[in-house]
Amino acid sequence: MAKQRAPLEYNRRWQMRLWLFLVFFFLYAPLMALIAFSFNNSKRNIVWQGFTLDYYRKLFNNDSLMIAFANSLTIAFLATLISLVIGTLAAVLLWRYRFPGKTAVEGAFTLPLVVPEICMGVSMLLFFTRVLPWPNDLTWPFNLGSIVIAHVSFCFPFVALVVRARLASFNKEQEEAARDLGANDWQAFRDVLIPHIRPALIAGGLLAFTLSLDDFVITFFTAGPDTITFPVKVYSMLRFSVTPEVNAASTMLILITVVLMIIMMVMQNRAQKKAKE
Amino acid sequence: MASQKQERRLTFLATALPPIGWVVVFFLAPLAIVWAYSFGQNVSLTEVDISGTFANYARALQPLYLGIFLKSIFIAALTTLLCLIIGFPVALAIVFAEERWRPWLLLLVMLPFWTNLLIRTYALIAVLRTNGFANFTLEWLWDQGSWLMTLVGLEPLGEFTPMQLLYNNFAVVFGLVYVHLPFMVLPLYAALDRIDKSLMEASLDLGAGHLRTLFSIVVPLALPGIISGIIITFVPALGAYLTPDLLGGPDSQMIANVIERQFKRANDWPFGAALSFLLMYATFAVIALRAYLARGKSADGHGI
Repeated sequence: MAKQRAPLEYNRRWQMRLWLFLVFFFLYAPLMALIAFSFNNSKRNIVWQGFTLDYYRKLFNNDSLMIAFANSLTIAFLATLISLVIGTLAAVLLWRYRFPGKTAVEGAFTLPLVVPEICMGVSMLLFFTRVLPWPNDLTWPFNLGSIVIAHVSFCFPFVALVVRARLASFNKEQEEAARDLGANDWQAFRDVLIPHIRPALIAGGLLAFTLSLDDFVITFFTAGPDTITFPVKVYSMLRFSVTPEVNAASTMLILITVVLMIIMMVMQNRAQKKAKE
Repeated sequence: MASQKQERRLTFLATALPPIGWVVVFFLAPLAIVWAYSFGQNVSLTEVDISGTFANYARALQPLYLGIFLKSIFIAALTTLLCLIIGFPVALAIVFAEERWRPWLLLLVMLPFWTNLLIRTYALIAVLRTNGFANFTLEWLWDQGSWLMTLVGLEPLGEFTPMQLLYNNFAVVFGLVYVHLPFMVLPLYAALDRIDKSLMEASLDLGAGHLRTLFSIVVPLALPGIISGIIITFVPALGAYLTPDLLGGPDSQMIANVIERQFKRANDWPFGAALSFLLMYATFAVIALRAYLARGKSADGHGI
């Protein structure tokens, strides 16, 4: 009977359930349609004509799209590696040391989180055309250098944020003990601090990877004519025409994102279970 | 020992130099160049003379550009309001969901947030375009209505004319809400989750209705989270480029689109630089306002 429910069980109410259903429908229906119609055997993207993998076959034979895809993954990988190093150092710096101008440094590390994407894109465009022109004829992957640099600049603050939150729970006595036992700074860092912040490194790394893979605006301003990333390529395809091929390409990228998310969830669960033991 | 002191200093430098160096060279320096450019003027096609002129800012304050600026602020504010109205019940539902469902509901909110922005915008194009899913559904409903009308002996409704849902202001707001909803739900959830539920039960026990409990207990307690959600949604919505670019028409350009045009097609970099910095100042003003509000709260002793 409806009257017997506890006063705070809002989720039992049909209004709440309808609202949730509508919101999730709003969030997911377009994406589901996009994925479903990548398997549709028709050029027109609207009526279901039967199942096909043709557009995936076309996708894998579309060289420029595959190159763009490989570029995106390479950039994300390199940007993640550098962001992990820079971000971890930034977090340790703010956590361990007191030095003059610390507030300003802290502000500078959080600034990339709040500066509008378009402003950052524009600044990278100016920087790489006027100050540090990136040579066009470098061999792969060095031709991607300017994009990697731009991506690190907006990814590393996220890594720093996650790592710093984790450092808060570190017992500094552990490090002192390591030093008393004869470890130097580097050994103490490598053997004591790094294992402690490992979950944050994984979370921050995945965060940086997705952010880099996702970025369109900043890459759009930084990329030269020969260095196309996947989002930039999809953007130009979109301007040109809307084909099921774009659906197939998008589905691939969604799949990668979902897999990364699941890895992150599993890792977090495992870390939580470990913490409970 | 001197050598130990030296090692300490080396460690400090090894920790401090890479991140500070990076942020100075690859982030602050580029921004400083944009700032310098905003006081410059075009001398020739490729040369810019940084003469310290304020002409670019004066031009940005002309009615045309000021209008686009105000419109961007209005669109971002409308987006934020809609996200708040749509997202608040969702956050509440997640807080009150059973323990085992909660991570899954959070995942459902976060998954679109992690999906590529371009892909989500593209998915919306397929929904909203003239022969897209929305019009397809409407046409079907129209035909059913028409059939019903003839069934009861009335004139049929006539030919269905597809609605223009894409390339206008409606599409831009729709797209911005679609993209930014998770930004609102997550901080709201974090704030609502911290509220002691017994306070709400007490309010209900003492005879307040659900609405009164919501507005005089839940909302004031969740206010810091609500403000965070508003800022986190408003700031990126104000600087949105892709959504108005792909979903908007010629009259629904936002400030980011104007900036892009100065740098790519119009080739007026100093003016684009001035517009960029105006957008940055607007963003900082919003963030400073929030910091100011938060400080006032904690000074009163009511802060969280």
